[in-house]
Amino acid sequence: MRYKAKPLPPVNLPELRVVGKPLRRVDALGKSVGATVYADDFSLPGMLYAKVFRSTVPSARIKRLDVSKARALPGVACVITHAELPQAVLVTDIPGQTGQKRRAGSDAHVLAKDVVRFVGDPIALVAAETLEIAEKALKLIEVEYEPLPAVFDPLEAMKPGAPIVTPPDNIVSKYKVRRGNVQAGFEAADLIVENTFTVQFVDHAYLEPESGVAWVDDRGVVNIRVCTQVVEHFRSIALALGLPHNKVHIQGTMIGGGFGGKEDITVEIFIGLLALATRRPVKLTYTREESIMAHAKRHPYIITHRTGVTRDGRITAAEIKLVADSGAYVYLSPYVLLYSVGVATGPYRVDNLSVDAYAVATNQVFTSAFRGFGAPQAIFAAECQMDDIAQKLGMDPFEFRCRNYLKTGDWGVNQQIKTAAWLEETASRALEALGEKTPDHGHIKVGQGFASYMQSYGRMMYLHDTSQAWVGLELDGTVVIRSGIPDLGGGQVSAVCQIASELLGVPLDKVQIYHTDSALTPLAGTTTATRQLYMSGNAVYQAASNLRKVLLDRASKDLEEDPANLDMADSKVFVKNNPEHFIPLPELLAKCASEGIHLSNLAIFRAPFTSPIDPENVQGDIWPDFTFGAMAVEVAVDTETGEVTILKCVACHDVGRAVNPAAVKGQIEGGAAQGIGYALMEDCIVKEGRIQTPTLSEYLIPTAVDVPKMKVIILESGTGVGPFGAKGVGEPSLTPAAPAVANAVSNAIGVRMKSLPITPEKVLAALESLKQKEPMA
Amino acid sequence: MEPKVITLTVNGRKHQVALPPNITLLRALREYLHYTDVKNGCEKGDCGACTVILNGKAVNSCLVLAWQADGGEILTVSGLGTTSTPHPIQEAFADTGAAQCGFCTPGMVMSAKALLDENPHPTEEEIREAISGNLCRCTGYGAIVEAIQIAAERLAEGGQK
Repeated sequence: MRYKAKPLPPVNLPELRVVGKPLRRVDALGKSVGATVYADDFSLPGMLYAKVFRSTVPSARIKRLDVSKARALPGVACVITHAELPQAVLVTDIPGQTGQKRRAGSDAHVLAKDVVRFVGDPIALVAAETLEIAEKALKLIEVEYEPLPAVFDPLEAMKPGAPIVTPPDNIVSKYKVRRGNVQAGFEAADLIVENTFTVQFVDHAYLEPESGVAWVDDRGVVNIRVCTQVVEHFRSIALALGLPHNKVHIQGTMIGGGFGGKEDITVEIFIGLLALATRRPVKLTYTREESIMAHAKRHPYIITHRTGVTRDGRITAAEIKLVADSGAYVYLSPYVLLYSVGVATGPYRVDNLSVDAYAVATNQVFTSAFRGFGAPQAIFAAECQMDDIAQKLGMDPFEFRCRNYLKTGDWGVNQQIKTAAWLEETASRALEALGEKTPDHGHIKVGQGFASYMQSYGRMMYLHDTSQAWVGLELDGTVVIRSGIPDLGGGQVSAVCQIASELLGVPLDKVQIYHTDSALTPLAGTTTATRQLYMSGNAVYQAASNLRKVLLDRASKDLEEDPANLDMADSKVFVKNNPEHFIPLPELLAKCASEGIHLSNLAIFRAPFTSPIDPENVQGDIWPDFTFGAMAVEVAVDTETGEVTILKCVACHDVGRAVNPAAVKGQIEGGAAQGIGYALMEDCIVKEGRIQTPTLSEYLIPTAVDVPKMKVIILESGTGVGPFGAKGVGEPSLTPAAPAVANAVSNAIGVRMKSLPITPEKVLAALESLKQKEPMA
Repeated sequence: MEPKVITLTVNGRKHQVALPPNITLLRALREYLHYTDVKNGCEKGDCGACTVILNGKAVNSCLVLAWQADGGEILTVSGLGTTSTPHPIQEAFADTGAAQCGFCTPGMVMSAKALLDENPHPTEEEIREAISGNLCRCTGYGAIVEAIQIAAERLAEGGQK
């Protein structure tokens, strides 16, 4: 065996009754029998159907817009253009945050005012009695464009004289890092390696297209039942609708996949406007084609690494330049870019470091959040660069990494690593489990590769992130949780139920959560940034702990024991060293109720608050903590067809503490599969601003035969800042996949693969370049 | 063409409904008969979310016109079981974490049902092949394959069918 698992440091994790068990998720059965009511499954009497009229050109002035024929069509209830809007602003800045000033210049128009900037820019809204009539009305809308210059390449868009997508210029965000002495570092190097890596646009391709129903009720409240990752959008929706915050009510549904694509506002303002205009319920559901056209993509990047190393494999300096395509509107590009900067080096200590990062506007589909949020692109480049350096040094890639891995206490790109940094531990286990390489056979070349990563969980702390949760007990001993958490399918609500179940000693099936409502459940913040277990897990932990304390205090009177000697389980409060001495929970609750003791608790969890960072030198604490891990894969490359098949795949992550190991495994496998799609097949091809892959038969995501059975190794350092020492793994699980695959393919064919996706065409071109370099003897 | 009254038997219940010729079985089930447990993921036959069993065969209901299904017997995921009486396949999906966001699940469960009806002891490869027309974006398929294997075992042990 080439690699052996590095022994783990001692960890003292107390055995718990509910947390840490692979229990059936609270939402699992309802979903399995088709009982879950998703956004489009809901209808109201008298409901209208909406459609959006969108730009078919990437950059133009609207010379003439005539909706009169559409308005005159029988069955059309309403047509709205920019001219009818009470407030024209679509806030695209970081969503769901309280008390933060919005960044200037980041807002878009809800409907195009005079200029369209990408193919898909919304121009008009139609609501009609049936979907067919709404579709017919779209065809009756007349628009005349005067083409404007357009730019489709971020490097072109950075040049002087490039067409400006939105004034003042195309650089929508930039950051620098300057640490140590880069020049001296390069002078101390024995070898300098420079490579440029590119990654493509990709689509979230959640199975559930964007959808919502809006209606105005008897109080004048605009209710919007919608699949969203962010119920806190109600504030900017209210702004766009010209209403006070308390007149917009978001009822979030169970979400049919989000992955960041339902983090920005989708249908909410459109249906809100139409419902206000018609005073009738309005439904809008995107077709798959409209979904692919209208929502954000993962940012394409061009990333150049120049790294100095000594002969014995120590990094002496690095210069990294990142350019991200922000598309036609800003959305979350500045934050995505910052996340890339934070992990630009990969999980390695680089004391002499220079990073320059730019997000640049183009007339392409806009880019924003997508699982990983800038880290997958940065880690892809960093980890391919590490393999290339190792190869040029003639060193084993794991050995080379071990000499440079960050350790707890080290300074990363911008901040100190404070919790366990199990990089060697995770990578060595992934490699050990991958095992010996399968031999080549004929024209099938087999290669192995791996990648390590670090990735933050929790939001940027300068946003002053909070989550609230309400936990209460009913008199029969059942538990109610009220929390604004949106559940994307990652088990967000089930995890907090498991936490309350643990702390209150009530079985999981007696915990009921009411969630994702902007008015009726305490705001828990966005389901983004791998923050819900950390933030809302801690909020529920606090609320349940506070309630537990009240109950133990009251029980101590009856049991005549100090509360410290009491515990709760199986719906009882009992004496720890004499469990036969107990009081059943309903009996205790009846006493509390008759004495007027408060049987609920509303808690707020605050992430540490910091100040905004200086973009001219990004230094200081930005993120609450990081998750560390690795993936190792073995691929078979058919050198005749260029086809890549994944033979083996191992993922090993330190998740801090797995609240539900089955759910954690599911997140890890799902993230790995998305990352494999990113590596090998997913490519949202955009030509002259037009998406060439508008359906799921052109935009290919992995099927059950494209991904192998995976091996998942879950490590628990117990050091995370989430409840019970948990870290977050929702986004991190995707990040190491693409570089691991790329390194394996490079290992198989002997050519460094620097561009995603690794299509058969690229593999064949790489093999061709090899032939030309080494003419046959 | 004028609408025509057709008969669809869905989950054992007979429905007569007047439909124009261009309405797909998917839209007939979701919008006319309110079987919203059948999901619409693409309306192009690419994703499999709308899979139902029509006359014993798993089909993408978005690729079948409702008129073509006239007189047919249709089984959807809500006809297979409910939260109080789940089918062993549905139980297994819940147990292994095969449903994450759950949007592909109704179609996935029906593809699994059609597979196990025809081949009660499938290999992993046969399972993967059978569900390769059903896209899932959350799970990476591992838990789904495991759920179908477990369901096959439980059904062989004499669970309800």
